[in-house]
Amino acid sequence: MGNEKIITSRRKFLKTATALAGATIGYTWLKSSQILLFAAKPKDESLPWYGIVIDIQKCIGCGNCAKACKNENDVPLEPFYFRTWVEQYTVKNDGSVIIVSPNGGIDGFKQTVPNEDIFKSFFVPKMCNHCSKSPCTQVCPVGATFESPEGVVLIDEKYCIGCRYCVQACPYGCRFIHPVKKVANKCTLCYHRLKKGLAPACMETCPTGARMYGNLRDKNSELVKFLKEHTTMILRPHLNTGSKLYYNALSSEVR
Amino acid sequence: MKFYIPPQIPRLALAFAVFISLFLILRHFLIPETFGEYGHYRGASLIDNAKPEIHYAGQQACFKCHQDIEDKKAQDVHSDIHCETCHGPGQKHVLSSKAVDILKPSGRVFCGSCHIINAGKQKSIINQIDLDKHNVGKNCINCHNPHQPWEMKK
Amino acid sequence: MEPHYQHLYEILAHAQGYIFPNEIDLQWGILIVVYPFITGLVAGAFILASLERVFKVKILKPTYQIALLTALSFLLVATMPLISHLSQPQRAYEIMITPHSSSAMAIFGFVYLWYLAVVLLLEIWFDYRHSLVVWATEKTGIMRLVYKILTLGVNDISPRTLKWDRKLGYIITVVGIPSAFILHGYVGFIFGSLKANPWWSSPLIPIIFLFSAMVSGIALIMLVYMIVSYVRKKAIDLNVLDSIGKYLFFVLILDFTLESLDQIHRIYEAEESFEIIKLLVSGKLYLTLFVAQGLIGTIIPLVTLVFLQFYKHKIRLQKTMYFIVSILVLIGVYSMRWNVVIGGQLFSKSFSGFTSFKVGLIGLDGTLMAAFWLILPVGILAFLLWLLPPWKMVKEEDE
Repeated sequence: MGNEKIITSRRKFLKTATALAGATIGYTWLKSSQILLFAAKPKDESLPWYGIVIDIQKCIGCGNCAKACKNENDVPLEPFYFRTWVEQYTVKNDGSVIIVSPNGGIDGFKQTVPNEDIFKSFFVPKMCNHCSKSPCTQVCPVGATFESPEGVVLIDEKYCIGCRYCVQACPYGCRFIHPVKKVANKCTLCYHRLKKGLAPACMETCPTGARMYGNLRDKNSELVKFLKEHTTMILRPHLNTGSKLYYNALSSEVR
Repeated sequence: MKFYIPPQIPRLALAFAVFISLFLILRHFLIPETFGEYGHYRGASLIDNAKPEIHYAGQQACFKCHQDIEDKKAQDVHSDIHCETCHGPGQKHVLSSKAVDILKPSGRVFCGSCHIINAGKQKSIINQIDLDKHNVGKNCINCHNPHQPWEMKK
Repeated sequence: MEPHYQHLYEILAHAQGYIFPNEIDLQWGILIVVYPFITGLVAGAFILASLERVFKVKILKPTYQIALLTALSFLLVATMPLISHLSQPQRAYEIMITPHSSSAMAIFGFVYLWYLAVVLLLEIWFDYRHSLVVWATEKTGIMRLVYKILTLGVNDISPRTLKWDRKLGYIITVVGIPSAFILHGYVGFIFGSLKANPWWSSPLIPIIFLFSAMVSGIALIMLVYMIVSYVRKKAIDLNVLDSIGKYLFFVLILDFTLESLDQIHRIYEAEESFEIIKLLVSGKLYLTLFVAQGLIGTIIPLVTLVFLQFYKHKIRLQKTMYFIVSILVLIGVYSMRWNVVIGGQLFSKSFSGFTSFKVGLIGLDGTLMAAFWLILPVGILAFLLWLLPPWKMVKEEDE
């Protein structure tokens, strides 16, 4: 009886040992094969790491940003494709919220709710949040959208297969399929302008300076100073997107 | 006891080996050259993304010729507004000022795109005009110089 | 206004509440409804076949090969709706050469190939090899060559080798069951893993997809068995139908329970998105969710299946009822795919409004295209049944 017990326990031990050894070998093999998976390189500290601030108190809803964006980036002028747009939120005295964005705000806003019914009203410019844990680049099946070493989320128009998974994955509605190029399209923070030392078109044309971009790595930059002096908020923090678009004076109604 | 390998196994193994090798060879030739240079994407895409021509020149380009406007503008409330906010994209004009003229917008609707009254605007940020009451029928620039709004014209 | 954008202006006019300006057009249309429907049929049909083999359900024997061939014909088409919905279909190969490890979609090509080549083709090959060898000697001309190629040159039909066919086939079946579970659970994960969309984002979605896949696959085999018997002018074995019906009943009950759990969970947690989803379910999805999926696809079949367990009088009537039940169940599962895929895109991610969806008839993303991808597998199945007729297979004595 005792002998049998020893044998079964020995067999059990051998089984466990084999399983462990197998798992270890499997793991090391998997590790070496990661070369095939194109592991991301460590981030280059010498490059800027871009972030954006939008000051809701300063936005006057003129729509210059949305218009300039379309001009600069050859986005069709139809009212369906926007890399950036402006929304007006109007909270009425009865608590209901009215959101409008006619033609993305390009033609300006007409006040539709009479003053006496308004609890508060404000404009919210929207654009790509250039998330550092971006849900859109996560889901791209081929690596046609990615975060650049400067923290700008870009699209490879020559490689995109147009599966639209990224459009579904963006919780902010910032992506669309370009009707002419037939690939995904979105705000690039005017990457082509940044590389030439120019500000993004929306910021160049904002009359009130409601939009700001800067290097989050540089602790002396205007942007970091602003973030230090103001209480800012990102959209949908519970989704853990690592958004780098910070809103000043963001109201809780904004989605 | 002799170890027996059923004839199906080596044949299937061969078929799979051929298939997988073909796939690996194809894969080798199909992967773009710069793929994986910085991460799981085509490194050359960074260059592609930096390539497009700019349309907005930036106001420093404007001031190279229009120093007078820069000085004028600096004295009044429109000092922080960059030229192309009102004048539109100017890169073509910068490249060839003779061939391409810059936009010179005017009119109550245009100025109204910023100054129209709306509950969503903060009064401290912008002066808002009720276009139905304020000097109806007149063009804004008849009285206001757009570069120096409070330098009233007679 | 260019005519190309005409339909978008029409949708814009019908949008309710506030939607983000990029959300007017639905990204995934009817083809993406068809895609999980087809993969579901594959997984379900295969699981039914595996049940017969692994648990030795003798009564289901006549459906075994039919189920395998049905699974194969639908699997061969499964990727086509996906590829035809891409805006750059000529670049589809990139998903195989540079699959992005963090993307739920990227692995599909490999899961698919594994399932096609390692599971289905192998299982069918092991099952048919004996017959293929015999057919190759019986036939002449081109068919002889075809069967010869299909044997892959393994012509040994000694008892020992045939025994290995069965042994290896059995191993493949055992590997195949988790593979079928993974294939369809994975399709559910493509939707369930999107945290941006509250209608999709749920850990239950893969499991619900899996069970509804089994439901649809079992119903399809029931239907195909009846049609094949009818075409061959053979009597339909009512015992087979009763037996499949029993499985269908249990899986349908499970599926119904899981889906209800998911909804109850949503209702009770009532997160940020609850209001908009309530409006969605009671408005735009009312017909397809409560009527098509709930009533027609679940309640009526369940009641009928219970009834059929007790009602044993008119054989003709019983067969007709099974026939109708299988069609109703298929409609129900198709509606479920519709509710998930289209429903998840009808409401704005601002949770403040709805866009609308109108299926076009023509074009790469139209109804005709979708119908084509649904009908093509039926044609393939007819061809496969002609090429590899289960009823002409070489019988083995010890089975």
